[in-house]
Amino acid sequence: MTEQPGQPDHPGRHHHYTEDDVARDVTDLEAKSATAARIFDLRRIIGGLFVVYGVIVTVVGITDSQSAIDKAQGVNINLWTGIGMLLLGGVFLAWLKLRPTPPPPPEGLPEEEEPA
Amino acid sequence: MQTPTDAPTYLAAELRLPTNWLDYTILAIYFIVVLGIGFAARRSVRTSLDFFLSGRSLPAWITGLAFISANLAATEILGMAANSAQYGAYTVHWYWIGAIPAMVFLGLVMMPFYYGSKVRSVPEFLLLRFDRAAHLLSSILFAFAAILIAGVNLYALAIVVEALLGWPEWVAIVVAGAFVLAYITLGGLSSAIYNEVLQFFVILAALIPITVLGLKKVGGWGGLTDKLTASHGENFTTAWGGTGIGSTNPLGANWLTIVLGLGFVLSFGYWTTNFAEVQRALSAKNLSAGQRTPLIAAYPKIFIVFLVMIPGLVAAALIPNFGASGSGYQYNDAIPYLMQELLPNGVLGIAVTGLLAAFMAGMAANVSSFNTVFTTDIWEKYVVPGREDRYYVRFGRLITVIGVCASVGTAFLASSFSNIMAYLQTLFSFFNVPMFVVFIVGMFWKRASAKSGFWGLLAGTVTAMVNYFVFYKKGIVSLPTDQGANFVSAIAGFVAGAIVMFAVSLFTRPKPAQELRGLVYGTRSPGMAEPPAPGDDAWYRKPALLGWGAVVLAAACYIPFSF
Repeated sequence: MTEQPGQPDHPGRHHHYTEDDVARDVTDLEAKSATAARIFDLRRIIGGLFVVYGVIVTVVGITDSQSAIDKAQGVNINLWTGIGMLLLGGVFLAWLKLRPTPPPPPEGLPEEEEPA
Repeated sequence: MQTPTDAPTYLAAELRLPTNWLDYTILAIYFIVVLGIGFAARRSVRTSLDFFLSGRSLPAWITGLAFISANLAATEILGMAANSAQYGAYTVHWYWIGAIPAMVFLGLVMMPFYYGSKVRSVPEFLLLRFDRAAHLLSSILFAFAAILIAGVNLYALAIVVEALLGWPEWVAIVVAGAFVLAYITLGGLSSAIYNEVLQFFVILAALIPITVLGLKKVGGWGGLTDKLTASHGENFTTAWGGTGIGSTNPLGANWLTIVLGLGFVLSFGYWTTNFAEVQRALSAKNLSAGQRTPLIAAYPKIFIVFLVMIPGLVAAALIPNFGASGSGYQYNDAIPYLMQELLPNGVLGIAVTGLLAAFMAGMAANVSSFNTVFTTDIWEKYVVPGREDRYYVRFGRLITVIGVCASVGTAFLASSFSNIMAYLQTLFSFFNVPMFVVFIVGMFWKRASAKSGFWGLLAGTVTAMVNYFVFYKKGIVSLPTDQGANFVSAIAGFVAGAIVMFAVSLFTRPKPAQELRGLVYGTRSPGMAEPPAPGDDAWYRKPALLGWGAVVLAAACYIPFSF
C-alpha cells in the first residue's frame, strides 16, 4: 500500500479518501467524458436487427412446409414470430424518427488523442 | 434472485436440435451485430469513467433493460425453468417477493446515496462509509466471485451448446470468451450494456413462442393445472400451498423462511449490493434516471417469470417423472426439450441465438463489473495510485483480457471438477448477505463506526458459511433441502453481521458527522442539489409512483396463485 504524499494533481488518491475526493475526481472525469457526445443511438441497432430478423422469419413462415406447421401444434409460428419481430423493429425505428437523437452537447475540450 | 445452486447444469445428450443453415444464418447475424456494437462504441471511450461507467450518461430505458438483462442470464433462464419443473409454481417467489421489493428499495431508498455520492462502485461506497479494511475485503471477494461466476456461465454455455448443437466444449468456451473479450475491451461498459439491451429483446423473441406453443400442447392453462394436479398434487400449481410452518413441501421451506430468507435477506443482498447489477444504475445520466433504472427493470421482471415457469411446468406435465433419474432428462432440459419438440427452423434459430446471447450477456455483466472493481478499487487505490487517467483506461482493457482468460480457465477447471465448482458457487452466494447487512446498518445508523464495517462483513460471511457447510452439510441441524438451508443460512448471516456491527460500534469511535454527509439516511451530500433535467418531472417518470406501482402489481399477481 503506497502512500503518495506530494501529489497536488490527484488529491483524492492519498490515504484519506473522502467523499469530497470522489466527487471531485468523478466530476472532473464527467466533464471530459465522451460517451454522451459520441455514443450511437441504440434504437437504430435494435430496429435494424429486428426488421432483418422479422423479414427472414416471416419469409420462412410464408414458405413453411406442412411438417413445420404440424411440429408447432398447427400454428405457423414462424409467420407470427416474424410479424412480431417486424413490428418491434418498426416501433424502434418509428420512435427514432419521431424523437431523433438529441444533438451532442458541444464538447468543451479540444480533441485529445484517443487512448489506445 | 440468483439461480438456485442445487440445479445441476447438465443436459441429456439426446437433445440435439435439428438446426440447419437458416438457424446458423440467424446466429451469425447476431454475432456480427455484437462485434459491430463493440467497434462502434469504441470511439465513445475517452476517460476511465467512459470505460467503466459509460460516462454516467445513459438514458434510463437503456440502463433499466440492461439491469434486467444482466440478471436474465441463461443460467437463470434454464435454472428457473428447472426450478419450476422440480418445485412447481413456488418459482414465482423468486420474482414477486424475491426481486420486486428489493429492486424498488434500491431505486427509491438506496440510489440517492449511491448515485449522489458519485461513487464508481459498491466497494467504493464502503470505503467512504467505513474504512479501507472493509473496502479491500469487499473488493477482493467481489473480484473473485465475479470471475468465478463468469467461468461457471461459460462452462454452462459449453455444456448446452455441446448438447444442442454438437460443438465440442472447448470450441464453445473459446468462441464465446473471445466475443465477450472483444466487445468489452473495445467499448467498455457501454458496449456491454448495449448488448444486454439487445439480448433482452432476442431472449423475449425466443421464450414467447416456446411458452405459447407449450401451453397449446398441454391444452392451455386449464389443461396444464389439471395434468399437474393429477400427477404432482394440489400444491404444485400454487404459490403458498403447503408452506405452513411444520408442514412439508418439495421446496423444504415455510412461509417464514421464504419471506425472511428469500424475500428479505437473500434478495435485498443480491439486488441492492451486487455491483454487477448496481453498476448499470450508476451509469445512468442523472439521479432520476439512476433511480428509475431498477424500477423500469421491475416491470418486465414481474412477467418474465411466466416465460420461464410455464415451459418448466409444461415439461413436467408432458413427461412422467421429468427430471428424475430414469426419465432420461435433467430438470435443466425443460426449455431445450420444448425447443426440440416444438420449434421449426427459423424460430429455432432465434431461440438458439437468444440462449447463446443470454449466456454471453451473463458473462459480460460479470466481466465488466470485475474490471471496474479491480481497476478503480484495487489497482488505483492500493497498488499503483496517482497515475494519469489514460493509464487506468489502458489498465482496464488489460485486466479485461486477464479476467476473460481467468474465466476461460475457470470454465475448463469446472469441466473437470464440477463438484468443487458447485461448492465454490454456494460459498460465494453467501457473500451478498453480509454486504447487505453492512450497508443497511451503515446507511440507517449514524453511530455505526468505521471499524464495524469490516467486522460485520467478516462475521456475517463466516456465520452463513458455517451454518451451511458445517451445521447443515454435516447434519448437525436437519433442514429438508439445499434451498431451505440456503434461506436459513442467509438469515443467520444477516443476524450475526448485525450483532457484531452493533457490538464493535459500541467500543470504537464513530465517524465524524461531517464525513457522513450523503452516506447516511437523513443527510445530504453537498453535490446533490442538481436541478432535475427537463421532462423528468412528468408523472410517469416519478420514481415513487413507478416503484409503488411495481409493488402493487407484484402483490396482485400473487392473488390467482394463492387460492
